[in-house]
Order: sequence, then structure tokens, then C-alpha cells
Amino acid sequence: MTVEIPVEKWSGKVIEVALGATAEEGGTRTHAVTVGGQTTLPFLHFEGAIPYPPRIAIEISDQRPGDWSPLLLEAWGDVVKDPAAWAKAAEEAGAELILLQLSLTKDGDTPVTVADAQAVTRQVLDATGLPLIVFGPGQVDADNELLVAVAEEASGERLLLGICEEKNYRTIVAAALAHNHLVTARTAMDVNLAKQLNILISDMGLPLNRIVMDPTSAALGYGMEYGYSVMERLRIAALQGDKMTQLPMLVTVGYEAWRQKESKVGVGVPEAWGEWEERAILWETLTTTTLIESGADIVIMRHPEAVRRARVFIDRLMGK
Amino acid sequence: MALTGLQIYKLLPQTNCKECGYPTCLAFAMKLAAKQAELADCPYVSEEAKAQLAAAAAPPVRLVTVEGPGHKIEVGNETVLFRHEKTFFHQPGLFVRVKDTTPVAEIKAAVEAAMGYAVEYVGMSLHLDGVAVEAASGDAATFKAAVAAVLEVTDRALILMAADAALLETGLSATNGTRPLLYAATAENWEPVAALAKAKNSPLVVRADSLDEMAELTEKIKGAGVQDMVLDPAVRGLADTLVTLTQLRRLALKKNFRPLGFPLITFPGEVAEDLLDEAAFASQHIAKYGGFIVLDRFTPASAYALLALRANIYTNPQEPIKVQPGIYEINDPKPASPLMVTTNFSITYFSVANEVDGSGVPGWLLVADAEGMSVLTAWAAGKFDAERIAKAVKSTGIEDKISHKKLVIPGHVSVLLGELEEELPGWEILVGPREAVDLAGFLKLWNA
Ligand code: B12
Ligand code: SF4
Repeated sequence: MTVEIPVEKWSGKVIEVALGATAEEGGTRTHAVTVGGQTTLPFLHFEGAIPYPPRIAIEISDQRPGDWSPLLLEAWGDVVKDPAAWAKAAEEAGAELILLQLSLTKDGDTPVTVADAQAVTRQVLDATGLPLIVFGPGQVDADNELLVAVAEEASGERLLLGICEEKNYRTIVAAALAHNHLVTARTAMDVNLAKQLNILISDMGLPLNRIVMDPTSAALGYGMEYGYSVMERLRIAALQGDKMTQLPMLVTVGYEAWRQKESKVGVGVPEAWGEWEERAILWETLTTTTLIESGADIVIMRHPEAVRRARVFIDRLMGK
Repeated sequence: MALTGLQIYKLLPQTNCKECGYPTCLAFAMKLAAKQAELADCPYVSEEAKAQLAAAAAPPVRLVTVEGPGHKIEVGNETVLFRHEKTFFHQPGLFVRVKDTTPVAEIKAAVEAAMGYAVEYVGMSLHLDGVAVEAASGDAATFKAAVAAVLEVTDRALILMAADAALLETGLSATNGTRPLLYAATAENWEPVAALAKAKNSPLVVRADSLDEMAELTEKIKGAGVQDMVLDPAVRGLADTLVTLTQLRRLALKKNFRPLGFPLITFPGEVAEDLLDEAAFASQHIAKYGGFIVLDRFTPASAYALLALRANIYTNPQEPIKVQPGIYEINDPKPASPLMVTTNFSITYFSVANEVDGSGVPGWLLVADAEGMSVLTAWAAGKFDAERIAKAVKSTGIEDKISHKKLVIPGHVSVLLGELEEELPGWEILVGPREAVDLAGFLKLWNA
């Protein structure tokens, strides 16, 4: 019997977005990292093109993160005090992109200044040739002030600046426009909200191939399935030809997985939760693998062992 | 797959005799398609048409039931490719494999650990579904002893794995009163294996190296009288499995292709290097169309992660899991004990309730009706605002149970402070920590 395999004929394609600029392109990165370009759903190689694998970014911070799980601090060791060393260690651990997370304050209460943000960006750029993502502290005024300064400092590097949200995107987008960077656009798990923000940003003149969407992720056990389904819907819409959904997607899986009790806490938890470190690494790994299957193009992770696991997973999905 | 009105019309007598109560056969056909009429109302439908209509009404992925002495699991009957289109209905069975070459005492210990495992997640007690016993020895007596040993320590469902019908039959002879899944019929052994499955009314896994061969084989086995089948398309790699399982689900749903309309079985452990690898592979099969997932490794942490993932993926996306709004008493609270407010989204309620419970501090937890949304989602959607919280305070009669007027709100909605003070005159509103993990520390400082 010959079984006729149903093949989907999609008309749309995910836009290719290149992060980082080499010397030739006016930056200092050793190479650019491209995402997107798919003409079918995740890893269905038999019916379409999947030119690039999902990319793993490792999150580092401008200073030793006060609220990270002890397991993470232990895994990275001393480098957490030195962003340049941390970036190098992240590269060795398998990162293809580095996320530099800026803080609101240093040593507890002095605000992080424009000069601080510029200096740390420079240090990280000097320490690694990987393309860089920079996130502001997540507070409107500080984000604007610091990201504008960072954009200027790294002019021409094609950084990915974040996070643009509906209530605050103009200043960040303007800075990206002025200095040849990209932005990441976050909306709350909703197809229409995502489209709307992409429209607002591209209306300012930023081409779509300089925007990455962040549909908002949640951790395993804490609402992950909502993000999973919104990503599937966004990707299906993209393949059906809906232009404003055709951007690559980014998820902050490390942040989400490591703020849950399963990863943060080792004592006083139910016995059925099992061994702490194993559980924590599984929590980040499975949040990542599941969202990769629903269409994530960039996964921002935290633990080197989870990164290693995700790498094997991606390689196998890409048929390596 | 349901037929359209026109397709049904073609199967009717087309005489427009009106005895069904409708003016024409076409009108009746339309009502049938809309499930507003019964086929039995037409006295003249042919037997053949009846059979065709019944076949069309059968689910595209057959529901298969596997039963142990004390538990059963039903898999199949899925209707969509993506959970947002409706929902996924029957969670894949998670099984742990043991081999009969392992000493009986070790088999028992492994089965006890895995089947004795249970974990609480948002008010549900989650556990694994059963044991796959493999006749790796190839020896009938050894296999039988292993099956018997497993059933001594668990009453969950079984999968019996053996190369031929004779071995399977010996294994079956140790499973009195249960309905295990037999693994597997292949192009070589299908005749005796199918005969056994038919005789014992057991569901049967069919394994073939290509979908073409698989479709031929299931038709032959169906011809031999076995209806309940499960498919093993014999792919093991991560990329190939995703592709093949997707193709199989599409064939069933989009083409209504009966020969392959059965649940699927996977073995993530066979290509995985270790426990974490296996869990990662299994995560794919949970999200993408696995029906029975046979694991080779078990630890509490991996079981917890996979069970939580399965619960998440199989949650109905149209309906958040909710708890009843109202007052919840934790650790036997007294009138002076603290009062906290949260939403009725299950994940939210249980993260808070578990922390209060674990802190040992007695407390009153007021659960507001936020339509099953998390704190921030509900706040952003206007379902957890000062007015709703005040209403919860006033309508539940909590004021009569406590001797103070202090209310702790989640740190994430500290912005509600001012409005709440207006809505609840005379009350002191306290902003709690943002995350529930920090509640224990906060409550210990409480001195009402
Ligand atoms: C899943 C999710 C959804 C799901 C809904 C899930 C549900 N049933 O609630 C969906 C996709 C439907 C959704 C929709 C929306 N969402 Co939403 N969503 C999320 C997401 C990803 C996770 C929420 C979650 O489940 N958290 C887990 C639970 C357990 O957290 P929690 O309830 O806050 O409880 C914790 C604490 O608050 C604390 N706590 C709880 N109670 C109490 C009580 C006391 C006394 C104390 C001390 C502590 C405490 O303990 C818990 C554990 O630490 C978050 C972003 C994120 N990653 O967190 C966005 C988020 C909450 N959503 C957001 C928004 C804006 C929306 C929408 C309004 C978007 C829109 N316009 O459509 C809609 C609203 C819904 C509607 N109109 O119908 C925003 C809120 C922005 C803000 N800061 O105000 C967020 C933060 C995303 C973002 N960054 O933009 N969302
Ligand atoms: S009873 Fe049957 S044959 Fe007569 S009109 Fe109705 S459908 Fe047609």
C-alpha cells in the first residue's frame, strides 16, 4: 500500500534576521548569527526549508546577580563578578549569543549610570566576538537612559536591544535606528498584541529584519503552555502569509525557569520533587526543549549544563 | 471525520417520502450533519449506508484502553494537531520499562519506586501509568516470573514486550484479569501474534519500518479480528520521530486514513545517553503526538518534570484550571491570624497555599473570583482590582471570623494599595512579598 503523506504548502516565510556586525559590516563581531528563514513548522524538514537552527544565548549580568539560585552561582563560580570573564566562560559553555542584563542599581542602592552601562558593554564586546543582546533593567526611565547610551557606545554592532513593550518602545527603537541595532518586542502572549507592537515599531522606520518578537514565555508548571500555544499560532500565521507575524521569536527561558521554587530552593520542598540540581536543570531544559518545538528561534538560558542539553537536542533536531 | 450534509445525502434513499419528519432527504441529511437528527428516523436507509455513516462517525484516532488490576489508561480519540485548535484529550501513558534479565528483586525494587511515585501539582496527584516488561532473555519461564514479580508490587497497567507469540502468551498467562498492551506484531510474526491478541482481547502494538508497510500490516491484522492497535513506526531519532509522528497524526486527522488511525508508542530512552537526555526526548513526544511513552530511566525529579509537562500540554486552553473562590483556612487559623488575598487560578492558589501551609503559620487565605487568572494577568485584565478584592472581603463573611482588619495583598499588585484603602475603610492594607516563596519569612514577622 502506498501511503500518501500530506504535505502543507505554506505561502509565507519567516524573515531572516542577522544579529551582530563583522568588521566588513561596520562592527567588531567575529561573525553574525542569523535566525529565521523557515518555510515550514519547526523541524519538519520534509516539507520546507529550515536554514538555521535555534540559537542559544547565555545570560550574563553587569554585576553579581543577588537573586539568582545558588546553583547558578555555583555553576559559574567567580566569573559572575566580572562580566568580561563571564562572557568568555559563556562562549566556552556553548553560547552563540550573549545577553548582557543591565541592573538598576549597583551594590544595593546607587543607580547604574550611563557610564557604567557603556563601560560594561565595551568590556563584553572586547571579551567576546559573539553578537550581543543587551536588556535594560526593566524600568521605563532607566531602560531608556541606559539603552540609548549603550546603543551609542556600540554603534554599528547590530546589538539586539530590549525590551520594547507597548508602553515603552519609542526611545529604544530610535536609538536602534540611529546606531544600526535591532530590537526585541515583547507582548503578553497574544497574537494580535504581537502584531500591533510590530506594526508600531516598523512604523517608526525600523525594517522588519531588525525586529525579534518576544511573545512572553513562562516556566514549565507556571503557565508555559500558554506561551507554547501562542508561539504555535504566531508561527502558523507567519507561514500562512501574515506579514506582521513573520519575525523570529525569542524566549527568556532561563529567567522564567530559574525564578521558580523548583530551581531556587533545595530544602523544605516535597520529597517527590527529587534531587535539587537534577530537578533545576531539568526545569530549564524541558522549558527550553518544549518552546523550541513550538517555534523559538533564540532561547536565552542560564545554566551551562542545561545549555549543553539544549545543544544536543537542537543538533539532533537539525539532523546532525 | 464527520461527513457533510451533501455526503450524507448521497447515502440516503433520495425519495423525499417525508417519513422522517423532514420535507426532503436533503433537509434530513443537513440535520444529521448538524447532529440535530437521528439516522434511525429514516426507515429506509440501507444497511450499507448505515455502516458507512457509522464508520465516518468513528474517531480518526482510535481510543485504546490498557488495563492493569487497579488502573486503566485510555489513549487516542484526539481531534486536533495543535492544542489551541480545541484541546488534547487523552494524556499519553508514561510507562517505565524493566527487562526480565534483571534479577527479580531488582525488578521489584525498580517497579516499586516508579509506581509508588506520586507528586502533588496544583491540587492533582500525578503519577506514572504502568510498566513495560521486556522478555530480553528470550526465555518463557524467566519472562513469566518477571511479569508475575511486577504484578506483585503494582496494580498499574502493563505492556508485555516479546519477540514472538509463544513468549507473549506465556507472559499473558501471568497477568490474570488484566488487559495489557502486547508488543509487537511485525511483518514476520503478525499472524500468530494477532491471533493471540484476538483470543485474549488484548490491544496490540504494530511495528513496521515504513508507513506503507505499517498500513498494510494494520489492515491484515484488522482482518484477523483485532481492532485495538497502537503503532510503533520504528523511528528513534529525535528529528525523524517528530516528522513521522506528525505525518501519522495528519494522516489520521486530515485524510481520515483508517489504516493508520491509532495511538503511537515511543521509546525515548533507546537513543538517549542518560536520564536528562531521555527526559528531553520524552518532552518532544509529550507535546508532539506520543500516545504511550516507554521510559528506560526513572528518578523523582525527571518524573515530576515530565508529569508537570504532560499536565500543562493537556490542559484545556479554553478553560484555565480554577479553584473555588472563598475563604481557605490553612493550619487551623485563629481570629488573630493573618488574612491574605489571592486569585482563583489554580497555579496561583496552590503556590500561595503551599507556602503558607509549609510555613506552619496559621492563616486565612481569601480567594477572589478573578476568572481563573494569575495575579498579574487578572490585574491587567481588570479582574483583580480594588473593587473585586473589596467585594470578596465583604461577601465572604471573613470579617466575622477575624479579630483584626489587616489584609495582605500580593507584592506584584502593590499599586492597588491606595484604591483598596478607599474601598475598605478602616482596613490596613499590607503589601506582601512578590513571590510566594518569600511568604514564610514574611508571615513569621506577623504580629496581629
Ligand atoms: C500565562 C499568562 C497569561 C495567560 C493567562 C493565564 C491565567 N490563567 O492567568 C494568558 C495568555 C491568557 C494571558 C493573558 C493576558 N495577559 Co498574561 N501572562 C501570563 C504569564 C506568562 C504567566 C502568569 C502566570 O501564570 N504566573 C504564575 C502565577 C503562579 O503567578 P502569580 O499569579 O503572580 O502568583 C505568584 C505571585 O504573585 C505570588 N502571589 C500570588 N498571590 C499572592 C498573595 C499574596 C498575599 C502574596 C504575598 C503573594 C502572592 O505568588 C505566586 C508565586 O510566586 C505572565 C508573564 C510571566 N512570565 O509571569 C503574563 C502577564 C501576567 N500577562 C500580562 C498581560 C498584560 C496579559 C493580558 C492583559 C494581555 C492582553 N491585553 O490580552 C491578557 C489578559 C487576559 C484577558 N484579557 O483575558 C502581563 C501583565 C503586565 C503587568 N505587569 O501588568 C504579564 C506580566 C506579561 C507581560 N510582561 O506583559 N496571560
Ligand atoms: S424518511 Fe428517509 S427517505 Fe424519506 S425523506 Fe426522510 S430521509 Fe428521505
